[in-house]
Amino acid sequence: MNYDVIIIGCGVVGASCAYTLAQYALRVGVLEASNDVANGTTKANSAIVHAGYDPLPGTNMARLNVLGTAMMGPLCARLDVPYRNNGSLVLSLSEEDDDTLRELYERGIANGVPGLALLDRAQTLALEPNLSPALRGALYAPSAGIVNPWELCYAMAETAVRNGAELHLSAPVTAIERLDGGFRLRTPKGDFTARYVVNCAGTLADSVSAMAGDRSFTVRPAKGEYFLLDKSEGHRVEHVIFQCPSKLGKGVLVTPTVHGNLLVGPNASPAGPEDTANSAEGLAFVRSSALRSVPGINFRDNIRNFAGVRANTDRDDFIIEESAAAPGFIQAAGIKSPGLSAAPAIGPEVLALLERAGLEARKKDGVIDSRKRIRFHELTDAEKNEMIRKDPRWGRVICRCETVTEGEIAASLHTPIPPVSVNGVKRRVGAGMGRCQGGFCGPRVQEIIARELGLDPTQVLMDWEGTWVLCGETKGGAAQ
Amino acid sequence: MTNYELVVIGGGPAGLAAALAAWEQGVRDVLILERDSQAGGILNQCIHNGFGLHRFQEELTGPEYAGRFIELVKQTDIQIRTDTMVLELTEDRVLHTVSPQHGYEAIQAGAVVLAMGCRERTRGAISIPGARCSGIFTAGAAQRFMNIEGYMVGKRVVILGSGDIGLIMARRMTLEGAKVLACVELMPYSGGLTRNIVQCLNDFDIPLYLSHTVTDVRGKDRLEQVVVSRVDERRNPIPGTEMVFDCDTLLLSVGLLPENELSRQAGIEIDPRTNGPVVWENRECSIPGVFACGNVLHVHDLVDYVSAESEQAGRAAAAYLRGVRTEGEEISLKNGNGVGYTVPQRFHRGAEALELFFRVRNIYHNAAIRVTDGEKQIARFKREHMAPGEMENIKLPKVLLDRISGDALTVEIEEAAQ
Repeated sequence: MNYDVIIIGCGVVGASCAYTLAQYALRVGVLEASNDVANGTTKANSAIVHAGYDPLPGTNMARLNVLGTAMMGPLCARLDVPYRNNGSLVLSLSEEDDDTLRELYERGIANGVPGLALLDRAQTLALEPNLSPALRGALYAPSAGIVNPWELCYAMAETAVRNGAELHLSAPVTAIERLDGGFRLRTPKGDFTARYVVNCAGTLADSVSAMAGDRSFTVRPAKGEYFLLDKSEGHRVEHVIFQCPSKLGKGVLVTPTVHGNLLVGPNASPAGPEDTANSAEGLAFVRSSALRSVPGINFRDNIRNFAGVRANTDRDDFIIEESAAAPGFIQAAGIKSPGLSAAPAIGPEVLALLERAGLEARKKDGVIDSRKRIRFHELTDAEKNEMIRKDPRWGRVICRCETVTEGEIAASLHTPIPPVSVNGVKRRVGAGMGRCQGGFCGPRVQEIIARELGLDPTQVLMDWEGTWVLCGETKGGAAQ
Repeated sequence: MTNYELVVIGGGPAGLAAALAAWEQGVRDVLILERDSQAGGILNQCIHNGFGLHRFQEELTGPEYAGRFIELVKQTDIQIRTDTMVLELTEDRVLHTVSPQHGYEAIQAGAVVLAMGCRERTRGAISIPGARCSGIFTAGAAQRFMNIEGYMVGKRVVILGSGDIGLIMARRMTLEGAKVLACVELMPYSGGLTRNIVQCLNDFDIPLYLSHTVTDVRGKDRLEQVVVSRVDERRNPIPGTEMVFDCDTLLLSVGLLPENELSRQAGIEIDPRTNGPVVWENRECSIPGVFACGNVLHVHDLVDYVSAESEQAGRAAAAYLRGVRTEGEEISLKNGNGVGYTVPQRFHRGAEALELFFRVRNIYHNAAIRVTDGEKQIARFKREHMAPGEMENIKLPKVLLDRISGDALTVEIEEAAQ
């Protein structure tokens, strides 16, 4: 297959590029190694929209963070992505922290972060009563927020597909050949050619870059571990609560999520590019660190641990540039924190680089730039009745913890990028995300996926390729 | 708004028994709301036998036990509405429900019985470290896959936790041709019934590792290995004691939690020890006219006791609907040495005979249960053997209750002299 531009990787960065490029009269292909989009760093991170006071002035990170954060609200409104502009607080718990706060404040001003304010103890406690007794003050950043990172990715990728981009799943790039005026990419799904390639391969971006002959950077993956607590802890804090970065690291954050849970993490430890295992030591560190800023967190209400891998590199900035070694090969690599915040701005940034490299991009007519997803629990009583009258499956609650109906699950399986796994459904509609973690609804979701996609239940995976759930029928069989 | 005299939330063994008892007391307008597609609750997937020894003096399977109650309900005008989820319960007993047949509907109940049962604790609840691979199931979810859907979840199995569901699944998976390599228990004693240890582990030569836990889970895609370590008296893993099991499945049987999200939302007082509502001697909650029974009140190990408790709640709801109000000064029940909780948690002075249910916190041999009124012992019950996995109960006759002078009774374990 032949494209003008191929994007390698469909996490939130690849999706932003696809969403942007699909609005132009271009043939756009997206190659994703996994069996679903948003399956790497995008599904396992802090889900924070950073204000932008942390990166050093003049970096890509500083510029794209502030820009992306400003774009996030309108983008999420257009594409129906859960987002809340709840603001953030960096706490000072020591004299040394006071100095750090002033430094962050000045850096934020230099980066153009709007509305920053240094608060004293009383002002901070007025915003957040459950903070540490050691609290001295805080840096308040009203532009910060929280977002559903994987739904942001789905929304942008789905919109790209509706605008004509072609997504190829389970298509890891295994070799790249330079052609006259383009590239040939080999995958298990066949060969693809393109005039331009955008490398959004996340923690594997250095190996993908090396295939094109560019070895100018190395990814040094860093793992972060998290606790996700029950909604009963969801109002422990209302803002994103950061600790001051120090010699010991960037600190552990405590934040509500857009789903109403409490998220606590991360630590940082070197890891393999796909190593998402939790360690007892890592979790113990996260727990004790978090209690330093919010002492009352009830970790007995933990419902899930997870780990995500950040695509840190040997350069301390996002690598967004045309490769010097491979002209026409655009890097969107090393997108570590604040990559999610910057994501809305990375697509337009990459488009500008492509145009500078010679791509002619003309806006298409009739571009789709909106999306709507029906969430049953958000409907009014009358709307609920209307949905159930039209399709009774909307009245059958499958996930009791999150009130997700069969109608919602079935609808997700017929979207432009249908999920192919139990966790794919979970991330799209929330079934299994609650306190019982799919203990009750898992088997029923498995059955609905099989039915809607015409699969045998034993073919339905938990998540990525190889994560089988069922190994066959029992002696009595599944006949009844 | 639709009106019913009595609405029972949950059509499992507790809800069925409560509804029937209310019917027998003359309540004629009874609605059972069940979220699954059929009544019977979790018993429908418990296809092993051993149910009903106390109640029917015979060994029934779970579906047979539930079937007896469903048959009795069919002979009445009690309505069962399946596929129906209660989204909210208010303190004035309005239930907001949703179902494919009736859509979204608000129902006003004269009295409510809470019988929502319990759920299993998960990997997250105990923060088991390791890989995020597939192959880790709660024992009940695996049981549903096997016994309802008809699918096997794996071939080489380790079970963490020696709760009854885990033990039952050890036998069930063995009978289906899987190899169960070990059952691993954090505590120095099992959390399950002795008869299940014998019939589900010992009879199949499945080793039980007490004072051990899972300290790592390995596998890139599907589970490949589980690491098990011995723990010290404070339940911390001891380095150097690791055993590695090659397996594709880890089943978790690490405790059950009453499902009281609706109760909490309604403002019903919850006992942090049971995670169930605080109830009076008639199983009435802190909101008048709302009663609780079965595993939503406290986790039982025998369904026979669930049925008995639920009938009591059903009769009490019927009395409430007749206008009977339990009144009198409150006497609370306190936990002394070795007692984890009691149900009920309080009763009225002047109550008829009181049956107390509770769990002990350790294994005891030749010990006694003492009930004291201040300094004064009012009752003492000898027990040859007590264990946390087996619910205890004692009966206090009215003559004893009438002699209580204080406002609290303490239940405690008197240990045998060493």
